[in-house]
Amino acid sequence: MKEVKTTLTPHQKKAIRSNLVGYSFILPNLIGYAIFVFIPVIFSFILSVMKWDGSKAPMEFVGLKNFAQIFGDRIFVQSFLHTIQYALLTVFPTLVLSLLLAVLLNHKLKGIAIFRTALYFPYIASIVAVGAVWNMLFQPDFGPINEFLKFIGISKPPRWVVDVKWAMVAISVVSVWKYMGYYMIVYLAALQGISGSLYEAAGIDGANGFQKLRYITIPMLTPTTFFVLIMLTIQCFKVFDLVYVMTGGGPGNATKTLVNYIYEKAFTSWEFGPASAGAIVLFAVVLVITLIQFAGEKKWSKDLM
Amino acid sequence: MNTKTKNLRVPLYLGLIALSLFMLVPFYWMVISSLKLNKDVFSIPMKWWPDTMHWENYKIIWKKLPLVTFFFNTAKLTVITTIIQLCTSCFAAYGFTKTRFKGRDLIFLMYVTTIAVPWQVYMVPQFILVSWLGLNDTHLGLILMQAFSAFGVFLIRQFYISIPDELCEAARIDGLNEYGIFAKIVFPLGKPAMATLTIFTFTNVWNDFMGPLIYLKTKELKTIQLGIRMFISQFGADYAWIMAASVCSLIPVIIVFLSCQKFFVEGVAASGIKG
Repeated sequence: MKEVKTTLTPHQKKAIRSNLVGYSFILPNLIGYAIFVFIPVIFSFILSVMKWDGSKAPMEFVGLKNFAQIFGDRIFVQSFLHTIQYALLTVFPTLVLSLLLAVLLNHKLKGIAIFRTALYFPYIASIVAVGAVWNMLFQPDFGPINEFLKFIGISKPPRWVVDVKWAMVAISVVSVWKYMGYYMIVYLAALQGISGSLYEAAGIDGANGFQKLRYITIPMLTPTTFFVLIMLTIQCFKVFDLVYVMTGGGPGNATKTLVNYIYEKAFTSWEFGPASAGAIVLFAVVLVITLIQFAGEKKWSKDLM
Repeated sequence: MNTKTKNLRVPLYLGLIALSLFMLVPFYWMVISSLKLNKDVFSIPMKWWPDTMHWENYKIIWKKLPLVTFFFNTAKLTVITTIIQLCTSCFAAYGFTKTRFKGRDLIFLMYVTTIAVPWQVYMVPQFILVSWLGLNDTHLGLILMQAFSAFGVFLIRQFYISIPDELCEAARIDGLNEYGIFAKIVFPLGKPAMATLTIFTFTNVWNDFMGPLIYLKTKELKTIQLGIRMFISQFGADYAWIMAASVCSLIPVIIVFLSCQKFFVEGVAASGIKG
């Protein structure tokens, strides 16, 4: 350092100092982030073209064999399709319900915060506890949900989490219930940004509440809806905990999802190669969705100009 | 408030009350079941109010499994992870907003590109890496793997950007160095953003299931979420106990949530509106 000092102008010295100060601020986070996030991200691409069981035996380059293996694996294809099924069952109801809740809550009424709290609450409750209670609610023989269905005249209610056809529906119901409070808050923030004068003008023109919702609120919220749609879809593709605690991927493999597949390949059969190939598929899906998001955001920021 | 809203007030209130109650039914069911006898949880016809409150369930569960240890472990993980996350995020956010150095934008771009990568994509190599460091099945491994987040840096950075540079400039002229400006001006001003990040990290770590599931194998190291899973697998038919343990696991998050609601809402809005 001393040698450098003698050959540098004061200006350069100042620049080096300012660089060092800057680095000192970001380094604590950057070092941790690089080791525990950045390197693993790169490593996951490398692993996906390797054969390795995690033992002392060296990795072996196998090219795209892992991908060929998982796409030839019936269980992987099923897991992927189940994930899509889960997304289809979950995204639309969550979107619509969270929007409706937000519209209802967007009134200046006394005590409205209490309702907001109640509706948001499922979101912060742990999935393990929530899964346990919903499993009991869905209990096919004596559970309250089926008791209720029998009460209203459905003599043979679905057997929910133990029924191949209904298990994913049950998981989706819980998911919608748990996450709509979160997206409701996102919508509420956006609703507060819509100018009141629009509604006043519509009121003068004689628009009723439904027309205001249809012709002002929903169009004004389009960018938010798009954002929520993207977030929800990505979230659905990452689902693991809810499935794990409610059905464990069963009955059979009926609710096994993409991340369940990755988890099992990696941590129960120690096949890191195929597991990483599965992870890269997840990455590809999320990447495509994110690119769609960028395209959408560009479009709307242009429209708003 | 115009007359139209006034007319709507009663039905609106009724609708909201009905909706909120409906959303909270699972929690109500959780609590009343935890106060029943195990054999009565599924009694038919369903009882919405137990005849006798079996508070002793809340004593029994602590003897069935080392729940105290699980609670302590979870609290330890949560507090340490939150502190590391908070400190390093604030530090880095200051670096990215108030100082200039070579490669700043490039490094930030690295954060931007990786923030969109879901943890599930790199959890396997991350696990391998942590194992190589000899930290598999330790709390330290679990802490390190989630203590450094791009989300934290983003959230705080967003807030620091809104702090005018003139404020820092003035302090520089007064002779404060960068660390002084950070400690005396920017850091104290960033409290709202820090509160949001604290609450987010706290709930995430407390509720985390998949991380501990992958990393923690020794019983004595497990967290409360894994503990409830153990309860379910070992006492599968003892529904009341499972519900009592679940209620206990929710209490810390409920306390934090109710006392800092404002920041929860702001946090969602902050992460939500950016789109």
